[in-house]
Amino acid sequence: MNDKVMLMKGNEALAMAAIRYGADGYFGYPITPQSEVLEKLEEEMPWETTGMVVLQAESEVAAINMVYAGASCGKAVFTSTSSPGFSLMQEGMSYMCASEVPALVINVMRGGPGLGTIHPSQADYFQACKGGGHGDYHPIVLAPASVQEMADFVALGWDLAFKYRCVSLILADGLIGQMMEKVVLPEQRPRRTEEEIRRQCPWAVMGREGMRPKNIITSLELDDDKMEANNHRFQATYREIEKNEVRCELVDTDDCDYLMVAFGSMARIGMKVMEMAREEGIKVGLVRPITLWPFPGKQIAQVAQHVKGILVPELAAGQLIEDVKLAVECKVPVAHFDRLGGNVPSPEEVLNSLKEQLVKA
Amino acid sequence: MKAEIIIAGFGGQGVLSMGKILAYSGLMEDKEVTWLPSYGPEQRGGTANVTVILSDERISSPTLDAYDMAVVLNQQSLDKFESKVKPGGVLIYDSYGINTPPTRTDIRICRIDATEATIEMNNSKTFNMIVLGAMLKVNTMVTIDSVLKALKKTLPERHHHLIPLNEEALKKGATLIKD
Repeated sequence: MNDKVMLMKGNEALAMAAIRYGADGYFGYPITPQSEVLEKLEEEMPWETTGMVVLQAESEVAAINMVYAGASCGKAVFTSTSSPGFSLMQEGMSYMCASEVPALVINVMRGGPGLGTIHPSQADYFQACKGGGHGDYHPIVLAPASVQEMADFVALGWDLAFKYRCVSLILADGLIGQMMEKVVLPEQRPRRTEEEIRRQCPWAVMGREGMRPKNIITSLELDDDKMEANNHRFQATYREIEKNEVRCELVDTDDCDYLMVAFGSMARIGMKVMEMAREEGIKVGLVRPITLWPFPGKQIAQVAQHVKGILVPELAAGQLIEDVKLAVECKVPVAHFDRLGGNVPSPEEVLNSLKEQLVKA
Repeated sequence: MKAEIIIAGFGGQGVLSMGKILAYSGLMEDKEVTWLPSYGPEQRGGTANVTVILSDERISSPTLDAYDMAVVLNQQSLDKFESKVKPGGVLIYDSYGINTPPTRTDIRICRIDATEATIEMNNSKTFNMIVLGAMLKVNTMVTIDSVLKALKKTLPERHHHLIPLNEEALKKGATLIKD
């Protein structure tokens, strides 16, 4: 057995990957189903090894603003929460995007709306991808479908955030967070030195030592013309991200007659649906968006050219399906399947829905 | 090789840990594994269950509606999961506290007296390993050797002296399965 292979929950793997990335700080407030992130960090006590700060804030509002502050100093800081907590963080998300600071945020979604349930959901898709706070902004949204991806997307998220000076959001759900699978963690990287941060983030506020003009981090700009120019700059960055950073996995799409588009835990269930369908002679393929924003619309449109219909199974009442319909310009029938409020469908349920809505039709 | 298993019982009975040891044993044999618990208030009483999948190939869905093996340790779990065993699959149940035994004829049903066996072993904490021993007697998805390796890897060193007792319990569990 390979000694590097470990068995861990998604939440735990994410926490470990953050320490190994050389994170400078975590600020969070516990909420099921992601509390293991904070618990694992407390258990590992990275402040004694790498010097990383781990702090349980008094609320989600406090946590996201601590992240805002740390990110303004060019530090690799992050927070994690679940749906109700993520709603509380929207103001901070908007401010960070407007201030162009790089940060990592994790939302392990649970059933809503309201305080809802503690079980898996994908109903924060709009909130995550369309900018849940005010103003025109986007975080890069990464959707892990395995424990390995929970670990891998930590480094990817931070690297992209620093590259584009934007916020990266890992959008998981209770199933991915609570499930244990095999995982190989990245090697421990040292935390960046002050000197390295100064070089990487010349915009950061960390004491100018009399050498350079003042850096100011703010989202406030009362001059409309300047704020419009800021907005154009943000949008230019988003176009650049859309050009370079779309990621998706295509599974058996070459010969498929029917297509499913699903992400995260629904994509895992979808893969079982494909196996079962193919045993019955129904050729089903899957496009799994890995980045939900930027959305892999072109990839979906390309596969859609040769299919008879598309099923969008999601743990939400019709959110992802809107982007799929836009991508294929409604040239192909697009059907929807959902379970809501924390319930997860069996593969049989999804297969029956596909047969009912697309194959028989 | 692929085994899709659900273990269900009372919260606090050790259902999740049993699944965890099974998953770790799969890891020892380089198998692909998923372990998906019911999480939340179940931990404080009520019913708890865990889905464990062991496979030689990449595992698609970690959540299922039909199982090769269901291991049920109370009446509620038996009522819930008897119908979810695949035809030709196995249902193992502990006889303690069962008023309405299973009735299906298209699956193999194994009644074990695991609670009684813990009394014979004079240690109620051996329950888990007795049940796991019975499971592995029915379906050798992993070897006893791998289970012992998994215990060594997951137990803190101060508990390693308990491994021989666990081995004994695994063997005791195997004797509860009548051919």
